[in-house]
Amino acid sequence: MNARERIDEIYRSDSRRVLATLIRLLGDFDLAEEALHDAFTAALEAWTADAVPASPRAWLVSTGRFKAIDRLRRGSRFDAAVGEIARSIEATVPPDADLDGEGLEDDRLRLVFTCCHPALNPDARIALTLREVCGLETEQIARAFLTTAPTLAQRIVRAKTKIRDAKIPYQVPSREDLPGRLDAVLHVVYLVFNEGYSATAGDALTRPDLSAEAIRLGRLLVELLPEPEAIGLLALMLLHDARRTARTSPGGEIILLDAQDRTLWNRAQIAEGVALVERALSSRRAGPYGLQAAIAALHAEARDASTTDWPQIAGLYDVLMRIDPSPVVELNRAAAIAMRDGPEAGIALIDAILSRGDLADYHLAFSAKADLCRRLGRTADAITAYERALALTTQTPERRFIEGRLAELRQG
Amino acid sequence: MKYLCLIYNDEREMGTMPRPDGEKMMAEYSEFTESIKKSGHYKGGDALQPTTSATTVRVRQNKVSTTDGPFAETKEQLGGFYMIDAKDLNDAIQVASRIPGAKTGSVEVRPVRVFEQ
Repeated sequence: MNARERIDEIYRSDSRRVLATLIRLLGDFDLAEEALHDAFTAALEAWTADAVPASPRAWLVSTGRFKAIDRLRRGSRFDAAVGEIARSIEATVPPDADLDGEGLEDDRLRLVFTCCHPALNPDARIALTLREVCGLETEQIARAFLTTAPTLAQRIVRAKTKIRDAKIPYQVPSREDLPGRLDAVLHVVYLVFNEGYSATAGDALTRPDLSAEAIRLGRLLVELLPEPEAIGLLALMLLHDARRTARTSPGGEIILLDAQDRTLWNRAQIAEGVALVERALSSRRAGPYGLQAAIAALHAEARDASTTDWPQIAGLYDVLMRIDPSPVVELNRAAAIAMRDGPEAGIALIDAILSRGDLADYHLAFSAKADLCRRLGRTADAITAYERALALTTQTPERRFIEGRLAELRQG
Repeated sequence: MKYLCLIYNDEREMGTMPRPDGEKMMAEYSEFTESIKKSGHYKGGDALQPTTSATTVRVRQNKVSTTDGPFAETKEQLGGFYMIDAKDLNDAIQVASRIPGAKTGSVEVRPVRVFEQ
């Protein structure tokens, strides 16, 4: 391997770690990004195939820090305050241990918690996390979220400005704030995963790049902060993602869970997910992510829909309704009860949700009801519900699926 | 770093509050103010008269115009403020979350801008 290849490899594996530490040492996101860039440019000049530093990370952090001080000094000819910043950075010499090893892992957590700070706009949290923690380019993030690069760049600039002006601290939250703040981080990861797994608009059902990024983030969190809900979320993402290839036909048509070819499921990933579920549940502090993962694990382990452990799934939804009630959880519980007690029971529960006015704009509520009516041979009711679902969905494969069902029903 | 905490509440609700509730709120505010004086966060603060006492002033083409009432009609009105000194935004949010008005209305936390000399 020549020096260039080695540097590329280190960039991929460690540039985010180096950035996280530079942000702490320099106290500024933009300055740290420039310093990171300068450090790698310097590495390209200084490193040769047989003379890569023993600790490349420490070398990059220390070089980046000096480059930033240089940069600020040059700027101080125009602005005295900038010179002051340079002096204060230079005055706090980081100990060697701070440039490599344990300390660096804390910096990555600091970066995650800062990017997901609840005082930032929710969209900005996602964009900033993908940019700074995952290292995606602004264009990639914009494409994934079907927006333009300038819009996304502006969102990131605003968030960084707020971090600086409102002084959002670069730190891991205190023990008492941790549960709430960790929720905010997990929520960002879960939104990224969902956007990848079930794109809210557009021609493709899934955008695998985002799911893969979310799983990478989930692994990072479990590695840095193995809290039960972090473990539960990683399990949930792995178990859902394991079914990816079975969810659509080669032509891009949707295949529902009960009709999926289960030999296409990723068994290794399911095994990993199931092991994580057990770890999360054995803590006895599992929350909504852990419970949803447990439900996903029961689906993943069943040979087919009829041998799925529906009573246990319905029971897990009961627990989920107690600790984190929402109309969507209630809908999923209704679907599980329909499998346990028959379609009538499910329809009654869904009707109860809809009559409250909840989920009136949620296409899956109507698809679920339509499917249960179809099974009972209540064709007219099924058509009405599918038509409502069709009017509510913007996603091309979902639309095609519902149109297919409608065509079958109308032919009788 | 200094932050201004702007307390917004529905002032009609405040105005029609039964006497014992009003007294309870006053007691909560004085207890809160004491606590942030002790912790060193307190820099200043006051309650405001209702917006019916407000006058908005503008100067256009060197002419002063005054209108009755606040600049914007909103559901919640600015009813008071604290100026605090906090370590960072997390510290400021922690203080703001203990302001009694946050339980019924909302508190906007704004960092104070510092201009270079």
